[in-house]
Amino acid sequence: MIPELGNFALILALLLALTQGTLPIIGAARGIPSWIALARPVVQGQFVFLAIAFGCLAYSFVNNDFSVMNVARNSNSELPIQYRIAASWGSHEGSLLLWVFMLSAWSVAVSVFSRHLPDEMVARVLGVMGLVSVGFILFLLVTSNPFDRLLPAALEGSDLNPLLQDPGMVIHPPMLYMGYVGFSVAFAFAIAALLSGQMDAAWARWSRPWTTVAWVFLTIGIMLGSWWAYYELGWGGWWFWDPVENASFLPWLVGTALVHSLAVTEKRGSFKSWTVLLAICAFSLSLLGTFLVRSGVLTSVHAFATDPARGIFILAFLVIVIGSSLLLFAWRAPKVGLGGKFDLVSRESMLLANNLLLMVAAGSVLLGTLYPLIMDSLDLGKISVGPPYFEAVFVPLMTPAIFLMGLGPLARWKQASLPELMLRLRWAFGVSVVTALLMPFVMGEWKPLVSFGLLLAFWIIATIFVSIRQRLHNSGQGGLFTKLARQSRSYYSMHLAHLGIAVFIIGVTLVNGYETEKDVRMEIGSTVTMGGYTFRFNGASPVSGPNYQAMRGDIDVLRNGEKIRVMQPEKRTYNASGMAMTEPAIDTGFLRDLYVAMGEPLEDGAWVVRVYHKPFVDWIWFGCLLMAFGGILAVTDRRYRLKVHNKHAENATVADDKRVASNPPRLSTGGKKA
Amino acid sequence: MKPRHRKLAIIVSGVSALGIAAALVLNAFESNMVFFFSPSQVAANEAPRGKSFRIGGLVEEGSIKRQSDGVTVNFVVTDTAKVIPVVYTGILPDLFKEGKGVVAQGKLSADGVFRADEVLAKHDENYMPPEAAGALEQARIQKTVMTQ
Repeated sequence: MIPELGNFALILALLLALTQGTLPIIGAARGIPSWIALARPVVQGQFVFLAIAFGCLAYSFVNNDFSVMNVARNSNSELPIQYRIAASWGSHEGSLLLWVFMLSAWSVAVSVFSRHLPDEMVARVLGVMGLVSVGFILFLLVTSNPFDRLLPAALEGSDLNPLLQDPGMVIHPPMLYMGYVGFSVAFAFAIAALLSGQMDAAWARWSRPWTTVAWVFLTIGIMLGSWWAYYELGWGGWWFWDPVENASFLPWLVGTALVHSLAVTEKRGSFKSWTVLLAICAFSLSLLGTFLVRSGVLTSVHAFATDPARGIFILAFLVIVIGSSLLLFAWRAPKVGLGGKFDLVSRESMLLANNLLLMVAAGSVLLGTLYPLIMDSLDLGKISVGPPYFEAVFVPLMTPAIFLMGLGPLARWKQASLPELMLRLRWAFGVSVVTALLMPFVMGEWKPLVSFGLLLAFWIIATIFVSIRQRLHNSGQGGLFTKLARQSRSYYSMHLAHLGIAVFIIGVTLVNGYETEKDVRMEIGSTVTMGGYTFRFNGASPVSGPNYQAMRGDIDVLRNGEKIRVMQPEKRTYNASGMAMTEPAIDTGFLRDLYVAMGEPLEDGAWVVRVYHKPFVDWIWFGCLLMAFGGILAVTDRRYRLKVHNKHAENATVADDKRVASNPPRLSTGGKKA
Repeated sequence: MKPRHRKLAIIVSGVSALGIAAALVLNAFESNMVFFFSPSQVAANEAPRGKSFRIGGLVEEGSIKRQSDGVTVNFVVTDTAKVIPVVYTGILPDLFKEGKGVVAQGKLSADGVFRADEVLAKHDENYMPPEAAGALEQARIQKTVMTQ
């Protein structure tokens, strides 16, 4: 009964989504106030029905209703309760229901926090989100219904993939999806701007916090995924350039470009068409990512052959969404205008260069991800493109981007002077070069690539110091702390996010340069030494968990002959699926991780054991967290909080921006002749 | 410089920068593509010597032999028509089993043994690597053709 209720709620949600996607948009175009006014209540109604549908699915999972196909395939009565709840988004069907549920949650958020926006704009934005929702709910109902019954009911479920039975995997997909879906808001704002032909600084100001929040969720989602791969897969790696990972990284790269481009559009009125295009790209790649990961096409392109309905629907949906928005862009973008002009050397030009580099990087990842799929589907041979390709492309593309990251915040808008910048940054450059050359000696061995990586990281840090110092110097009277307190949160947020990149680079550089890995045969009592630590194997003993049996190794870690830690990695076998799983033991530290994983049992209680010493590896994820905190700080900036009460100030700034934009141009970089 | 010339300079530098980036990407792509060969193709000398490639098929029953150091493993990959002996040093994936699908990346040495530096078996019991499935399918088709 409950699954049928869920199905019914889903159908009602579809009807509301159809209403949401049509009437408000037509109303906004024709000026029919009653149709425009429909947008908000319909959005909220759709949210209620989708919440009911999702609740029904979760209920079926929690109560082990194995007469539902989805539950029978992805759950088991032995599964602990938290993983039974998480299993409701563990499958293809469930995860798409979560996707569309989150879309409606974002829509409700827009409908609530948009009181200060013109009603027509809100109607268009919510209408576009409604259309996206229609596509997803239709896809669920037509090809992937999560409430499909299994007759006769299974006696027992076939269990959730053991890899997913982990706290990191419980929150990773929702975070990632919040990011993916969040870009739909930026997308909807962009389409609304194209539809209305209005796009000014106020438009950028509205859509900016939404985009930043989506970017924060995506950053955290990717970080959790990487961290999970590190501690759960037992390989000790943190990024594999796997298509699944690339699918989430693509929207992140474009989203990062979008966040920066929006900043220019808000502050200077420039990059308007470019911003709109980026918003369309970011969301298109989010859609592509969702479908790549969830449709099974990565497992085998021939998965579509066995279930053509899904494949055709997905391709059609992607073509309609991406094609129609690009068409609309081609048709309406000239109306949106190019915005303010700027000089060859200016903050705008540096941001534009950064944007281009990010887009080229995204393009190269897309090529490496899709090309093997296309080759295979055309039967032109099977190829794979591994990490060496992505590394060979990424480092040279990101190096100039990071160099510009140091310059940009110090450069003036509109027109900057290169000699002046060089003069101001000479110390920052000198300090970063010297530190980067010397640091590897502290680590024990000088390596050119390590020095290079550290140079990039120290360059970012040094330029942040120079920027803050200069800013304080120019901010009037008062003591150091008064001056520090006077700076806006958005200013600090930028530096915090950039510092995150620096910390991330330090982590990546040092772990790549100095990690040690050994796969060794260990007899009971034997030892292995690495990075100043000695690991002593005391044998393995059987233990049993709630739904698995395991062999648990017992390894003492000694430093200078003193026992500092006991590590207990496990080799598990899950009862329901019979799947084997390596559960490594990790000793996390500020400067290094120790990582031990059980390989295979040998004769006489000996085991093959994998031992890692990974310097600075946690800095990778800490850097991502700093970036995310930077984003959070940015959306709590005063101007967003005060805006609601202070419409006057906003109008004044818009006028101000217009005045700037109409200044006599020195140089036009756009297609329009000045 | 006149504004017109400056504009031209920007466009030229922008286009050439994009060109360099594209050349870099395509060059890296070209040199890092890894091709897949089935055991039958390797037996027919279609696979390159001295260059890394992937093989795939089933791990032959009873073929896994562990050397005395405990970490070097010999096994045989088959597509049911031809076989390739493989040697690998390191810990094998959890789902590496005799009779199950496997994909390995490495180089073919002069003695005909495939020296794998990476062994892939995905994390799902019922999952067959698509390359391995393809190799088996090819071999099956070959056999039917030959018996006709």
